[in-house]
Amino acid sequence: MSDKAELVLFWVFAVPALLSAAGVLAARNPVHAAMSLVSTFFFLAGIYVLLTAHLIAFLQVIVYAGAIMVLFLFVIMLLSLSDEELGVDRMTAMKWAGALGGAGLFATLVWVYWYQGGGPARVVGPDYGTVKAVGRLLFTQYLLPFEATSVLLLVAIVGAVVVSKRRI
Amino acid sequence: MVPTSHYLILGAALFTIGVWGVLMKRNAIIVFMSIELMLNAANLTFLAFARQAGNLHGHAIAFFVIAVAAAEAAVGLAIVLAIFRTRGTVAVDEVDALRDP
Repeated sequence: MSDKAELVLFWVFAVPALLSAAGVLAARNPVHAAMSLVSTFFFLAGIYVLLTAHLIAFLQVIVYAGAIMVLFLFVIMLLSLSDEELGVDRMTAMKWAGALGGAGLFATLVWVYWYQGGGPARVVGPDYGTVKAVGRLLFTQYLLPFEATSVLLLVAIVGAVVVSKRRI
Repeated sequence: MVPTSHYLILGAALFTIGVWGVLMKRNAIIVFMSIELMLNAANLTFLAFARQAGNLHGHAIAFFVIAVAAAEAAVGLAIVLAIFRTRGTVAVDEVDALRDP
């Protein structure tokens, strides 16, 4: 793919991703916020494909947009809350300070990335980012963290069941 | 190839949106969604740097981040449900039992 086409594809995925991420904060209804987040995840999956991270792009769609967001929607519908019932977000002085701090963080990151981060990318082989290559890395060098992750997921399952039981 | 700085700045923007959500929203579920946004921004940064370096270690880390995010969402939403059952609200500024002297 030519550089020009890749840059066009980057903007095609990046701008809607940012807009729908902003939609998560702007939505009055939590269901709309969840839907905005799902579309953010899909556009980010496109960005991941541009970065030749095919396995992570698929996991993004399957685990994030599939499993995690279904969990969110279940909880939203169990609670059947809307932002109207919660009242308007009050902008206190602390929140303005937090927003300013967030903007400062963004400015700092952009400054650092613009002057330090933009090195040229290496040329990578055809199996870069495929299931085979990443799987080989996960099951050799990262085998212990991989198994620890399975224990973590088991703990999370047990913890979620215990915490959400009506009577412990 | 799109310059790596483009991906990094996109990740920074997504992370900032997540920070704003965590700091400014009252609904605990929206706060959790903002945390997911921040985790995704971190993933994007890992993948961008992995592409720049030409190795796959960033992909392994992104895999673990996704697994941890799933665990975090499950436990966090269970806690939100439990709080809603006992206090009848999910507004983060009204759940202050540990702050009261």
